Amino acid sequence: MLTYVIRRVLISIPTIIFISIVVFGLQLLLPGDPALALAGEERDPQVIAELRRMYHLDEPIWRQYLIWIGKVLQGDLGESIRLKVSVGELVAAKLPVTIELAAMAMLIAILIGVPAGIVSAVRKETLIDYGANAIGLAGLSIPNFWLGIMMILLFSVHLGWLPASGFVRPSESLSQNLATLIMPAFVLGTGIAAIFMRHTRSAMLAVLRSDYVRTARAKGLREPRVVYRHALRNAIIPVVTLGAIQFGELMGGAVLTEQIFSIPGFGKLVVDAVFNRDYAVVQGVVLCTGTGFIFLNLCADLIYFLVNPRMRG
Amino acid sequence: MNAAVVDTEEPAFERRSAWRRLMRRRGAMVGLIVVVIFLVLAIFAPWIAPYDPIATNFLKVRKPPSIDHWMGTDEIGRDVMSRLIFGARASLQAGVISVLIAVALGVPLGLLSGYAKGWVDSLMMRIVDALLACPFLILAIAMAAFLGPSLTNAMIAIGLTTMPIFIRLVRGQVLAVTVEDYVEAARALGNPHLRIAVRHVLPNIVAPVLVQSTLTIAAAIIAESALSFLGLGQQPPAPSWGSMLNVARQFIGQAPWMSWWPGLAIVAVVLAFNLLGDGLRDALDPKES
Repeated sequence: MLTYVIRRVLISIPTIIFISIVVFGLQLLLPGDPALALAGEERDPQVIAELRRMYHLDEPIWRQYLIWIGKVLQGDLGESIRLKVSVGELVAAKLPVTIELAAMAMLIAILIGVPAGIVSAVRKETLIDYGANAIGLAGLSIPNFWLGIMMILLFSVHLGWLPASGFVRPSESLSQNLATLIMPAFVLGTGIAAIFMRHTRSAMLAVLRSDYVRTARAKGLREPRVVYRHALRNAIIPVVTLGAIQFGELMGGAVLTEQIFSIPGFGKLVVDAVFNRDYAVVQGVVLCTGTGFIFLNLCADLIYFLVNPRMRG
Repeated sequence: MNAAVVDTEEPAFERRSAWRRLMRRRGAMVGLIVVVIFLVLAIFAPWIAPYDPIATNFLKVRKPPSIDHWMGTDEIGRDVMSRLIFGARASLQAGVISVLIAVALGVPLGLLSGYAKGWVDSLMMRIVDALLACPFLILAIAMAAFLGPSLTNAMIAIGLTTMPIFIRLVRGQVLAVTVEDYVEAARALGNPHLRIAVRHVLPNIVAPVLVQSTLTIAAAIIAESALSFLGLGQQPPAPSWGSMLNVARQFIGQAPWMSWWPGLAIVAVVLAFNLLGDGLRDALDPKES
């Protein structure tokens, strides 16, 4: 067990190093002189010289990287040019909002996707199965930013049931917090629900054909018991690990969802940073999401290892 | 039948039977027809669109759908239908070109990784892991931000962020194919590595790459719409479905039709590519033959 954990952690380290190289490399995409691009509208030679000194732009590229990664390892992700606040503080302030949104979206995705996948597999090649598959395919094809607009049109403009935008912290009012997040969380969760549905369906179909399920039926067990106690328990394992992999999808989707519903989270932070040419913030967000993804994958692998007796053996 | 005949006729036969299997899939055929319709709209947009897509008319601001303007007009009196037809150009162009960039870079790198093995493979797989770990859209937004907002840069950003999928796919296929007897035989006959890779390995990875390309075009179209929606793709006044939705969002209460049509167009074309991709996967699967 310990050997597996150590090996798995060690494999993650080079990947994280490469993520940092990719993130650092983003600034090489800036057309022309990076100091001029970072200065934005400001063309004062003193400001440009200061930027050049601050970001060590006169040094060779590998030294620039070593200086940057050295600071990152000490928790210094740089400073926002626009807000004059450290990127680490900004990320720490915005992350809880996005985590709450992502957690609600994931809950909605599981509540819709897993039961739909089970029903679809159990009622294979019936109208229910075809309907669930069609809805699943539509869920993958509808862009969440359009779904968000359509939901605002229905639930806010026409029915007036939910606020069209804004965010209330749970500490201020839990009911208002839920009212502001339910629509964006649903929008964000539908695409992932479709993925869960497809995976649960195929995992259930494979398990329902297996020998031990046939044995359980032959023993005379009732069908719901066979499905829920025997089949689902095994079919759900790969779906659980899929949840961690969908983290990237959630973070990408959150960028657009937060923009549409004006939620002050991680996604809105990166979009605002892009338009203000606040490159340190953009790099900080990409680095944090990439590292977070690796960490969640690591957790998913370890959970898989713990819950799957065959791997422990 | 001699060897030369087998070489030339078998792939042609396989292609024909794969095509027949594809034709039998109703979903895939619907997808193909929708894709062709949008392609025709995009190519012949100047002849099909009833109005100039960027011509403004302040007497017709935010008019609902009517006989003159089937899909209504936008906030500065432009015909929504004409903008939608011209917008198909940006979306399809972005979908196809960004996937071509991903394939052009991903396939040779995947071949190299799978064929070279050893430290080259390990190094490349760690880079691929790193690229796949960064959420696709966030990385594309970051790249488009650093490159500067334009449709071309959005296509480059989408192409580069989808490239690792192809590297990993091709590498996996190459590892599976290189242990086959006929590749071993080609190696034993003294064929150079490049010849083996191009003549024996590459034809075997065409089918999975084609399926993945079709599905990635769907993802790339959504990504281009998302980038244009955020103002990082097609720049105004040139039309694109994403930027049309971005403007429509501000007039959701007064002119809801402005947001219906571009959204429906994205759903239709993405759904069509997904159906076609699913159908191609089934048709090209050897187990189906």
